[in-house]
Amino acid sequence: MAEVLLSIEGIHKRFGGLHALNDVGLTINKGEIYGLIGPNGAGKTTLFNVLTGLYQPDEGRFSFNGRNLFRQKPYVVVESGIARTFQNIRLFANMTARENVMVGQHVRTHAGVFGAVFRGPRTRKEEAAIHARADELLRYVGIERHADEVARNLSYGDQRRLEIARALGTNPKLLALDEPAAGMNPKETAALKTLMEKIRADGVTILLIEHDVKLMMGLCDRIAVLDYGKKIAEGNPEAVKNDPRVIEAYLGVAPE
Amino acid sequence: MDIFLQQIINGLVIGSIYALIALGYTMVYGIMQLINFAHGEIVMFGAMVTITCINVLVGNHISLPGPLMLVAGLVMAIPVSMLLGFAIERIAYRPLRRAPRLAPLITAIGVSIVLQQVASLIWGRSYRPFPNILPQTVHNFFGAAITDLQVAIIILAIVLMGALFFMIERTRLGRAMRATAQNPEVAGLMGVNINSIISMTFVTGSALGAVAGVMVAANYDQAHPYMGFLIGLKAFTAAVLGGIGNLQGAVLGGITLGIIESLGSGYLGDLTGGFLGSNYKDIFAFLVLILVLVFRPSGLLGERVAERA
Amino acid sequence: MHFAFLKTPRQRQIALFIFAAVLLVLPWGLGATFSSANSWIRVIDFALLYIMLALGLNIVVGFAGLLDLGYIAFYAVGAYMYAIFNSPQLQAVMPTWLQHPPFLIMIVICGLAACVFGILLGTPTLKLRGDYLAIVTLGFGEIIRIFMNNLDRPINITNGPQGIDNVAPVHFFNYTFAKPIDFLGLRFEPVYLYYYLILAFCCLIIFVTSRLQYSRIGRAWVAIREDEIAANAMGINTRNVKLLAFAMGASFGGVSGALFASFQGFVSPESFVLMESIMVLCMVVLGGMGNIAGVILGAILVSVVPEILRDVINPLQQGLFGRKIIDPENLRMLLFGLAMIIIMLVRPEGLWPSRRRRAELHPSATISEQENAGLQDAERTHG
Repeated sequence: MAEVLLSIEGIHKRFGGLHALNDVGLTINKGEIYGLIGPNGAGKTTLFNVLTGLYQPDEGRFSFNGRNLFRQKPYVVVESGIARTFQNIRLFANMTARENVMVGQHVRTHAGVFGAVFRGPRTRKEEAAIHARADELLRYVGIERHADEVARNLSYGDQRRLEIARALGTNPKLLALDEPAAGMNPKETAALKTLMEKIRADGVTILLIEHDVKLMMGLCDRIAVLDYGKKIAEGNPEAVKNDPRVIEAYLGVAPE
Repeated sequence: MDIFLQQIINGLVIGSIYALIALGYTMVYGIMQLINFAHGEIVMFGAMVTITCINVLVGNHISLPGPLMLVAGLVMAIPVSMLLGFAIERIAYRPLRRAPRLAPLITAIGVSIVLQQVASLIWGRSYRPFPNILPQTVHNFFGAAITDLQVAIIILAIVLMGALFFMIERTRLGRAMRATAQNPEVAGLMGVNINSIISMTFVTGSALGAVAGVMVAANYDQAHPYMGFLIGLKAFTAAVLGGIGNLQGAVLGGITLGIIESLGSGYLGDLTGGFLGSNYKDIFAFLVLILVLVFRPSGLLGERVAERA
Repeated sequence: MHFAFLKTPRQRQIALFIFAAVLLVLPWGLGATFSSANSWIRVIDFALLYIMLALGLNIVVGFAGLLDLGYIAFYAVGAYMYAIFNSPQLQAVMPTWLQHPPFLIMIVICGLAACVFGILLGTPTLKLRGDYLAIVTLGFGEIIRIFMNNLDRPINITNGPQGIDNVAPVHFFNYTFAKPIDFLGLRFEPVYLYYYLILAFCCLIIFVTSRLQYSRIGRAWVAIREDEIAANAMGINTRNVKLLAFAMGASFGGVSGALFASFQGFVSPESFVLMESIMVLCMVVLGGMGNIAGVILGAILVSVVPEILRDVINPLQQGLFGRKIIDPENLRMLLFGLAMIIIMLVRPEGLWPSRRRRAELHPSATISEQENAGLQDAERTHG
């Protein structure tokens, strides 16, 4: 049926004595919104960092879009089409919003030192394209009016959006969002949900970590639940919600 | 064998001096993530003030036993250095706590230049010999020579380090220092007066530096207004070698560096068939530093600086 | 600094044009004003060399955010490279075709040599964080200097502490910069010739730097400075991009070193002490890190002001107190150190910061707005 985009198997990650990921495997299909939930410290962000190349897993298999990404450098991972945002926003604080998105396109562009110095027709064309694409993406997430503002001066919600725009700048096949709704009010969360649905409709698969269970239930096609570094459940939101192990590990701990 | 032992002894002596100075760097770094470039000048002032005091005593025909005169000099020098450390922090670093990271580094360099020039105006640019007041007895230690002075340096260094560790680990002040190093904001919220803790850190480090300065002067029989730069550089290297911000690291780094340098200058010529002479001993120190950092990126013992997001 | 009158591109062009004209006639202007003009032009020649160095270091520190305390080593590599090929030092052992290569080729060789040293240093060390990198680069700078100081034995390559003397002046086609050249009825003294030569290279480096600043590479550098982890996650190969910054900065240093050797006619390890590295860093930070104009301003101030003080202090002391009270050399450095402290205390972002840095330190109204908005957000979420 659905075409598999990303699959991991038997992933282990240890930090000293801590077994942060213990035999985790999952597959994400093209075009879906895949949720990842679990109590604090369950290993969600660790898994995220493994999937985006910031951490190197100790063992396991990791393939994406037919390419083996096990223990690959972040730039290879991004180049293959995985982009991410961060739980605590990590923008380039003193660059403008537009420049942030332009940096996002680094991996899809080529100009080097010579191009920059001589600024030949090819470089100029590329630079114009980067510029135009950055503006397009800022419009896409709805913050085009802040294009020339320094990122640190944007409001919290706009910074979240800018992070998404920057990630989209890498032209990803899979967009990985780490708690994008954290700290947002219900109105902003609703707008974010609309944005994510729009992104998915435009053909980008989404991997989502979120604490807002209501948002997850309404948005995700499938959800995996992590607890103590292990995957304890996977399936559609309804099934996951009623899974006794999940209720015990997660909902039992933090009832909504 | 005796040459080897001799080099080890020399290395231990100079290494414990490095360690005392490195402690000053590492304490400040641990709390403020700042390279206190002027620390070497504080060390230099310690040495110069002590020499002047002793010369005044000798000049006025006050004949005391040598070690007592040295203590008298130290009694003058330590407060001067402490005051300097206090003033430097207040004037040059405190206003810049929220400034870009390099701004305090530049003021530190500025302070260092100013102190050098002031010292050179007071004492002139030439070398000051260390007054000949100390007994020059040489002991035979398993075939190597060791002087009273060297023994005294090592013992004093150990005592001072012990006192410092006691203060950091066991006293209220020390606990407040550790808390501030971990997270100044939270420490502040918990009722720690961060400003006074930072001042205390500078003052403590400066006191150790003053003693170290006197040790340098006595050990090499001379001092001069520009001595702070190289000795400070070596000590800072030692602090990084051990893992900056880590007190035990500073001690280990200082002694390691001292011994490496000493062995290096003793054996480099033989090891390389005369190609590299003892004039390359500084290279040796830096090469070891680079190698250690390449393989252990946060120093021998690792740094004790809390990573801040 | 705000230049309100430089608003339109047209006004900027005019200002640039005037500035260029001033630079072109500067030596003649000085020659007409001062009796000791040649020594002042020498000072300016050195200031231009420092501008090149400061711009090179600015790529490393200002753009990529890598603190390099041993930058002068690359200057030294360039200078010694030039001196060895263009002096009698190794004439006895070097094949004749290698001696006195054409000037431009020599410049390229010096730049490349420094670049190679930059890569050699950078490859193992660039993964180190902030201050560790600083101390490693410092150590590297010292290593280079100590080698230059001691490589007179067993084979005499650098002539040790005496340095290499008799470095041949620049020879360009049929011209040599050893003696005055008459051209268009004007007599160009060697200092004048070097002024124009160094100015040309200085302009070239300014051009290259400003092109790099607003390019894909320049953005990647700044991104790494701002947040290395995020830069990594955006697909920037941080190791290579940092290495590139290092190599670029180093080659600028190498080129300046070559010009220095030819201009000075003599190189010795004394010119490449740690204090020089620190001075170049001061130029970058005092002027305004990351901003090309600021860095140039910093380089001029740090290199020229002490020279002016040298000329001014004695007459001033005589005038004020009727005699020399303080040793002028001490007073000069004392004032210099004080100026550094005061400038940093008053303008921690440097004298002429980039737009970004200014925003960082002098938060505009938007930030306080945002803080209020943040509070409201928090209230809404928790309330």
